[in-house]
Amino acid sequence: MHELSIAQALVEQVEGAAAKEHAIRVVRVVIAVGTLSGVDPEALRSLFPLVAEETVAAGAELFIEQVATRVRCLACGLEAQTDAAFVGCTACGSRDVELSAGRELNIKSIELEVDER
Amino acid sequence: MCKDCGCGGDAHVHSHDGQVHSHEHFEGNAHSHSHEHPDELPVSATAETRTVEIRQKILSRNDEQAERNRAWLKAHGVVAVNLISSPGTGKTYLLERTLEGLRDKVPCAVITGDQRTDNDARRLQGRGAPVRQIETVNSCHLDAEQVGRLLPEVAGNGVKLLFIENVGNLVCPAAFDLGETFKIALLSTTEGEDKPVKYPTLFSNAPVAVLTKMDLVPHLDWNAAACRAYLRQVRPGVFIFELSAKTGLGMEAWLDYLVKLTE
Repeated sequence: MHELSIAQALVEQVEGAAAKEHAIRVVRVVIAVGTLSGVDPEALRSLFPLVAEETVAAGAELFIEQVATRVRCLACGLEAQTDAAFVGCTACGSRDVELSAGRELNIKSIELEVDER
Repeated sequence: MCKDCGCGGDAHVHSHDGQVHSHEHFEGNAHSHSHEHPDELPVSATAETRTVEIRQKILSRNDEQAERNRAWLKAHGVVAVNLISSPGTGKTYLLERTLEGLRDKVPCAVITGDQRTDNDARRLQGRGAPVRQIETVNSCHLDAEQVGRLLPEVAGNGVKLLFIENVGNLVCPAAFDLGETFKIALLSTTEGEDKPVKYPTLFSNAPVAVLTKMDLVPHLDWNAAACRAYLRQVRPGVFIFELSAKTGLGMEAWLDYLVKLTE
């Protein structure tokens, strides 16, 4: 259950960003989670509200964009989606590939409510 | 992809005007649509909602500490390997034999992590290498801060090779960069040969894999060729060691490899 550590790190960063923007409330947090990130989106979704409680992010919606694993083939040049458990080129079958997506565990944006007074 | 409108492209701005949610895509195709916020708390009259692009790693604090650890290790000429496997694969036993094998050849040190007890540290002591135990208590993995705090005392005095024995767990430790030189995934023959495809996060991120308890193969329906194929399926080009710390099978190649790492 390292999702708890992830949720804590996420809320910490959201709090920092919200303070910088003088936000009174965080409405929505958008994150990207890759299929090879080792993070269970459902666990993160259920832990986020608990960790966010009594912070500026309390009640915020957590939107998780799931990112598929993609590889770039060094033999034929194709960049394509692949199964997380098969790191290889789907076109030419080459195993000489590099991962181009799938390890993401990133915050993308946050939607804030700012008091303009 | 935008959740609200399904449009592709990840760079776009959202702004709110009442219940209308407009998007301005950087490609120039601005459009708007209505958008309900059913769970929204009452918005104060003077409040304005705006979206801020952040684009940071969620674990950026851990990653920054990991980079500091990496720089420290490099500056002190230390190669650090992060050993990850499920509990019971035989990490500690392999380390016992490894420390004995490298004694007087390579100055080694160990940081070992478990939720509770210092049993592993006690097992590894007296083999010519400084050993420190991290008790993570409720946590299922080591993090960069825990390792960074111990580096100067454990790996500061001419140590060339640092083994970081992570908490026994195939999932969580894979997500936390400790600043190691690289990860080594271990898998025992009693665990089933398809673990690499079941846990690709770890096995795809470890350039070296060690298959332990090879002495048990005659007693098991364990297929070495299938296991190697699964390992290569998630990590083409993975370097595989097959050994038994108990009988010594394959230990020579493993020890030679570790010596070469530090040269």
